[in-house]
Amino acid sequence: MTSRELDHYADVQLLPGKAAVVKLVVLLAVLAVLPFVVPGYRIFTLNYMAIFVIVGLGMSILVGDTGQVSLGHAGFMAIGAYTSVLAMTELGAPFLIALPAAALVSAFFGFLLGLPALRLDGPYLAIATLGFGLAVTLIIGHGSLFGGHMGLVVPEASLGPLPLSGDISHYFLIVGITVVLAVAARNLGVTRVGRAFRAIRDSPIAAETMGVDVAYYKTLSFTVSAAFAGIAGSLLSLMNGFISPGVFSFTLSLMFLAMVVFGGLGSITGAVLGSLVMGYVNLRMDAVQEIPVLGPALQNFSDAFMSPSGLPNVGWVLTGLMIMLTIMFEPRGLYGVWLRVEDALRWLRRRSASGGTATGAG
Amino acid sequence: MLLQIVASGLSSGSIYALVALALVITYKTTEVPNFAQGEMAMFSAFVAYVLIVDYNVGFVVAFGAAIVFAFLLGVGFEGLFLRRTKNPTHLNLIIMTLGFQLALFGLAGWRWGADQRQFPFPVSASEVVRFGDITVSTLSLATISIALVLMAAVFAFFRFTKLGVAMQATQQDPMAARINGVPVRAVVALTFGISSVIGLVAALLTAPLITLDPTLMWDPLLKGFAGAVLGGMNTPVGAVLGGYLLGVVENLFGAYVSVEFKSAVAFLIIVIVLWFRPVGLFGRQPPRKV
Repeated sequence: MTSRELDHYADVQLLPGKAAVVKLVVLLAVLAVLPFVVPGYRIFTLNYMAIFVIVGLGMSILVGDTGQVSLGHAGFMAIGAYTSVLAMTELGAPFLIALPAAALVSAFFGFLLGLPALRLDGPYLAIATLGFGLAVTLIIGHGSLFGGHMGLVVPEASLGPLPLSGDISHYFLIVGITVVLAVAARNLGVTRVGRAFRAIRDSPIAAETMGVDVAYYKTLSFTVSAAFAGIAGSLLSLMNGFISPGVFSFTLSLMFLAMVVFGGLGSITGAVLGSLVMGYVNLRMDAVQEIPVLGPALQNFSDAFMSPSGLPNVGWVLTGLMIMLTIMFEPRGLYGVWLRVEDALRWLRRRSASGGTATGAG
Repeated sequence: MLLQIVASGLSSGSIYALVALALVITYKTTEVPNFAQGEMAMFSAFVAYVLIVDYNVGFVVAFGAAIVFAFLLGVGFEGLFLRRTKNPTHLNLIIMTLGFQLALFGLAGWRWGADQRQFPFPVSASEVVRFGDITVSTLSLATISIALVLMAAVFAFFRFTKLGVAMQATQQDPMAARINGVPVRAVVALTFGISSVIGLVAALLTAPLITLDPTLMWDPLLKGFAGAVLGGMNTPVGAVLGGYLLGVVENLFGAYVSVEFKSAVAFLIIVIVLWFRPVGLFGRQPPRKV
């Protein structure tokens, strides 16, 4: 461990050290060039994955840092999406107002759902959030204001004078917001708030003893996490041009949980990695047969032994197995694997450095 | 009118009560709600369906085979997956059950597609029996009686057999049970097996009401959880009563308030109970462990 990591004031800096600044600049440059390098139809995929990353950041704060489970984040995402669309169609609000409105309304519902969470631990909370997610889709599926099962068409949006149409303009908006939120989530993690979250995760009673206001921080964690999902929902409605209750199903909530588990609970890097992978899996599920090599093989297997129409379900099987194997073999997820690789590299380097002198002496 | 509503509420309540019972007996053993419960039951029901429709096996034989399958699925899930969790915190175990749920959901969807299938149940849902003013379908009658018989059998098993008492001992204190010679591992696996079979029966009673597809148990699972929370997750009898109560309350809500939002009652009840009395109507506050 270097001394920098033990220094609190260095820890809470927005960008700790030169290396972090360089990394961020390189990342931003890559992200800025990316849409002009990849083929046009891939930009949609990137946007979709970025939206998953936003939800993943929120899930990371709630599940990874605070240790609370949510099986209802698709519900918060739905609330964000519908708020955003209704604000534009019913109130004539511009997208610049609709987006924060989506975040606020979702956050409010997160706050409400967080209230019972104060008195409950894991199992009960999981059940309550499960019920929440299902209730949201039920209500938007039956309310006439929400377009029922047919859903709603999203109106044309613009950002001031800039029209928000086409994948590239969506890309810069979505990825820009994703980067800002990722930095925000990282900074929340290293400050007083983030440490309070983790103290609650590790032992609520010990946290309370040390003066952490458990009720306040648990609710806050729910609220922030729901706001992230609400923003993601609003952006999803923008890029899809259409929303319906079927999009925000219970299985999507499970996928959101799966991505932070697979990426690594309690790590922002892990959450981003996991969300990218799961976002990709989720999008590719509908066109498995188009994946090179593996796709046709799965299609043949499916035709022979399974049902040809059920092929997209491979994605669920894969997701389920991925999180089970993660918990069984590497509970820290992808991030844990990365830490092990780093350790191994460091060990190899040290060995080759000392090994060189050893053979020289021998 | 009111009696009629209560009667049909008891019929759906029977299914919720069975699911609640299945959930609670494993919850008491491991302190983890088994979210895969519904999908395990759905998958086992599909096994029965395939035997009957594709292989022309009689219902009774298919039912027996499905029971064996469900039992092995429960035992296998506990022994091969849950028990092997490296760091068995509540969160990690819950995630294991969710992973298993997703995998089974995907597997069923992959194998049997999204087609809606009619489940060939030997009792008809359209024939009715009259008791004075009340009409009840024979299926409802069968549901209510099968649930009662099964639950009586389960409670008798817990109360009067050596194995049942060993299971209760394990639920109360695994360490003390082990010291007293209870093979705790085998008993935990057995609990999951029995729970899975109870779930299967609930699924077989649900399938003829709607169509058989991979989402078959989503709704009953939520209702089972709601019933269990309402009655108390730590009391099997309370959970069963909670299931029946939910069935009746939900039906009353459907008749007098809104049919469309009937399913939201379960969520409302969960939130209200957890807010005012987290241990449920019939539960007792367990001592808080540090």
